[in-house]
Amino acid sequence: MTLAKIISKGSKYKPYLLSLVILGVLLLAWSASTREPAFDPAGYSEDDLMMQEMNGDIVRDESGEYINNPDKLSAVPGPGRVFDKAVDELRHPFAKTGTNDHGIGWLVMYTLQRFLVGFLLATVVAVILGMVIGMSKTLLMALNPFIQLLKPVSPLAWMPLLLYTVKDPYMTSVLVVFMASLWPTMANTAFGVSNIKKDYLRVSEMVELGWFRRFYSVILPASAPAVFAGLRISFGSALVAVVPAEMLLGELGVGYLSWIEWNNLDIAGVIFAIMVVGFVGFLLDYGLSKIAERFTYTES
Amino acid sequence: MSYLAVDHVTKIYPSLEPDAKKGDEFVVFENINFTVEKGEFVSMIGHSGCGKSTLLNIMAGFDQATTGGIILDGKETSKPSLDRMVVFQNFALMPWKTAYENVALAVRQSHPQWNRAEIKEWTMKYLQMMNLESAANRRPSMLSGGMRQRVGLARAFAAEPKILLLDEPFAQIDALTRGSIQEELLRMWEATNSTVFMVTHDVDEAILLSNRIAMMSSGPHAELAEMVNIDIPRPRVRSELIDDPKYMQIRNHIIKFLVSGETV
Repeated sequence: MTLAKIISKGSKYKPYLLSLVILGVLLLAWSASTREPAFDPAGYSEDDLMMQEMNGDIVRDESGEYINNPDKLSAVPGPGRVFDKAVDELRHPFAKTGTNDHGIGWLVMYTLQRFLVGFLLATVVAVILGMVIGMSKTLLMALNPFIQLLKPVSPLAWMPLLLYTVKDPYMTSVLVVFMASLWPTMANTAFGVSNIKKDYLRVSEMVELGWFRRFYSVILPASAPAVFAGLRISFGSALVAVVPAEMLLGELGVGYLSWIEWNNLDIAGVIFAIMVVGFVGFLLDYGLSKIAERFTYTES
Repeated sequence: MSYLAVDHVTKIYPSLEPDAKKGDEFVVFENINFTVEKGEFVSMIGHSGCGKSTLLNIMAGFDQATTGGIILDGKETSKPSLDRMVVFQNFALMPWKTAYENVALAVRQSHPQWNRAEIKEWTMKYLQMMNLESAANRRPSMLSGGMRQRVGLARAFAAEPKILLLDEPFAQIDALTRGSIQEELLRMWEATNSTVFMVTHDVDEAILLSNRIAMMSSGPHAELAEMVNIDIPRPRVRSELIDDPKYMQIRNHIIKFLVSGETV
């Protein structure tokens, strides 16, 4: 293969090459901005050094020299420390070494479970309501003021009320996710259904479709892209809501992990938790977009 | 008694003029009165905006006449039905269904007692008649404009309606493809002995295909100016039609009407 051919074949991956370069630059910048100066015993007296060692500010490393105690560094951790922390956590993802110290694998599953239950519940309610509203202009206009009033309320704001009435923290976190995912799906579904091209409705009248067939064969597939657009927005909204909900409710999960790590002043752990949430969210959204692809259609 | 009668149909809208007063009206057309016999191919020609598509929508049941009505096979019609299948100008195919599924929908609805095999056979028959066999499993977005309208025609004919209503069916198709589809339409019409009413603004197309042409004057207050008999014998071959003196006579007559707005 000539060089030109190799380059042209690889050009499909050019953007991703750029991604790697950007990643490298970011890591370098991160690493450079968080480098701690090495401990220099020269400026301190013997007594000072002993005091610092007693406090645990400095320790002796393998060669007997004083270095900053890695467990007590107060600066933001660099990529190296976060990587170490990640390796540590991922080594035993399904360990359970205490009531609050479950492995990252478990935590992800707890978070996913309450997220999925809330999201699926909201999807069912929102799609059904959205379709009903979309098919009736009267209902749409009548319910619109209520929807517009409730839509902008942050899902977390519902939490105290939910906790008070439902009392169970698990159900509360599920319902917070529910409230977060309800509105975008319902609004988009109603929009999709009410904006179906008149031609499709005319054809369904012309071939005398009964109401069930009309719904199943025409209205549902015609509005499916709008429904999935709403689902993807709801998805993001729900993922955002589940993390602070866990923190506030003290429910074990990935969101709670970052709160615990914060309490332990383990910033590397906080950063690690953030990355896990981001990664899990990315995977789930990717899966959802793949499913959505099967139901989209192009009109021209 | 005629097969289809457009019986003194008038369509009036409340006026949309900015300085209109309450009660001001816009009369699209009035007292449109003509018939279509079984097995005929009748076209309607007129300027854009004269209301011919509105009339077709009324005949199809998508719109209501202000006064007058449509009578098909002795019964007055009002709602859209499988008896009056429409071929739309912009094809109106369901983009999430394949060509086959679009036609099969109409077949299943018009023959509710058929099983899957019978529906498949009938659908494929009509797809073949329109040269769509290879495209049967493709969605409309993968089809050219000409093929999409072939699907539209197959769908309409496959339901075996009492009358087919064609709303400027080839207006959005390129001139070269138009010729072949017109021939396929003619063949389909002859093979199925159907009754067709077509709205168009293409004079040559109307003369090639129709038994009679209804000429609509310009709106507002449009009316049926004249019904022209096309007594050119069939089969009509486009390339030889030019040489027929009657063809040029009729063509000039119609074009004079369209240009001047008056019949001679």
